[in-house]
Parts: sequence; C-alpha cells; structure tokens
Amino acid sequence: METIQKKAEEGITSELALVQAAKKGDLEAFSELVRRYDRNVFRIAQHITHNEEDAQDVVQDAFLKAYQNLEQFQGNSKFYTWLVRIAVNEALMRLRKRRNDRTVSLDEDVETEDGSIPREVADWAPNPEQLYGTSELGDILKKTIQGLSPGFRTVFVLRDVEGLSTEETAEMLGLSVPAVKSRLLRARLQLRERLAKYFKSKKGGDGQQ
Amino acid sequence: MKCTEFLKELTDYLDGRITESLRAELDEHLHWCHECHVVMNTTKKTIEIYRDNELYELPDDLRNRLHQAIMTKCRNSRGGKKSST
Repeated sequence: METIQKKAEEGITSELALVQAAKKGDLEAFSELVRRYDRNVFRIAQHITHNEEDAQDVVQDAFLKAYQNLEQFQGNSKFYTWLVRIAVNEALMRLRKRRNDRTVSLDEDVETEDGSIPREVADWAPNPEQLYGTSELGDILKKTIQGLSPGFRTVFVLRDVEGLSTEETAEMLGLSVPAVKSRLLRARLQLRERLAKYFKSKKGGDGQQ
Repeated sequence: MKCTEFLKELTDYLDGRITESLRAELDEHLHWCHECHVVMNTTKKTIEIYRDNELYELPDDLRNRLHQAIMTKCRNSRGGKKSST
C-alpha cells in the first residue's frame, strides 16, 4: 500500500493500478482517483443540472456509488468512462426530481429540428469573446447552453468541453455512435444559432429575418 | 453539393474525421457558398469558446469539503459493502 501511495504522490500510478488497489480496500488509492476526476465530474454535473447544490450531491453520490460497486467494474473500459456514466445518470435523476418530471432523459427532443437548421448566417465579430467582460461572457455561455435539451447539452459537454471521443461518449451514455454524432451536430448548431445574437458582427447589418 | 449535404458532414469536417476526397468536396462547396462558410466558422468558434472558457470551476475549499465527505461516506460504507457481498 505504501508503494501505491508513494507512486500516487508522484502522479505516475496508472488508473488501473489505483482501481485494483481500491478494490482490495485501499482507501488512499480511491482517494487519489477522486482527486483525479472530481473537477470533471463536478463540471459535467453542473452542466446537466444547472444547480450547484445538485452538482455537489452528484459528485458525492457518483464517487460513493463507484466505490460501492467497484467489484462490478470489469476493466474493459476506462474507470473514468464508467464513473462518468454513473455521474450522468445521477445528474439526470436530480434534474428529474427538481423538475418533478419523469420524462427528462437523453432521448428528449431528439426528433425536433428546432434551431438545427441555420437561419442566422450573419458573420460574427472577429474576436467575439472580447465584446464582453469575463463574468458577462460566462453568464451568456451558461444561459445559452442551459437552453438546450439535457440530451443535447450532455453530448456537447462530454465531446466538446471535456474533449472525449465520440466512441467514449457513446459508451458513457449508452447511445450508438451515429446517435452521438447526430446529437452533437444539432447541439453545436443550436448553440451557434443562439450565440449569434450576442456575437454578430455589427457592420454586416443585423442579419435578422 | 447542396448546403444540406454540407451540413450533414459538418461535425466530421470540424473534427477532421473525413476522407481526403470528401474534404476536397466540402472545401469546394465552402469556396463558393458564403453562408456555409459562415456557419462552419461560427460553429467552430462556438466550440472553441466553450472549450476555452471554464464555466464551472470547483473552488479549492469546496473541493476539499467534498473530498472529505466522499471519503467519510466510503469509509462508513466499507463494512456494509463487505458483509453484503
């Protein structure tokens, strides 16, 4: 156990070695896994729930569930992929509770083409982020992504914010690769459409129809 | 190539997951279609803006509190886990 701890401090212990140690009851090894991924899980949970209290609960519950079910983790996929899958399910559950709506799922709104067909084709200002201060920009980005359905924003966050591959995202969400691609395209186009009103270039006319 | 066909390939185009010949076709379309060019550029910018601006940072004090809470829960669940399996 000492070796694991020492290696963890040096940041060179492989994820698999930590998982194996944690399975044998090494809490320090599990603690290192928490430290590795807590920021990512928090970010993903915040994006899905849009509620800080819920996101904190999701972080705690996801890691606790992972710990309690560690024996079921087969090691066929990465621990992180498995962990995010747990976290996404927890986050969707919180969202359902808060909305008092059982229909919140990754399949919501998949059939709608709303906002997925570009209508706003005016170009943006050269450095659109610089049109706003940091906190104002943050508010715009949060408000905009919040407008997407949970299924779309989850795919966008995993693929484009967390930088995971399409295949990893599909595995995490229990979706097919084509389903992830289709949701990603629509999420990207919807966000683009909604951001246009903030970032449009002033000189090219307002471009509104 | 029609604009709708271009749009269908936009995600793979931006992710660089297309064949050379398809890329050449899409570039050809972009060359003369101003609207698709704007859509492609602003979609790319959308992704970059979200990637570059960290919206939900986990502050250190909250991170430490969560870490402590998680580890306490794990420690307490340990006995239960072993006896239940």
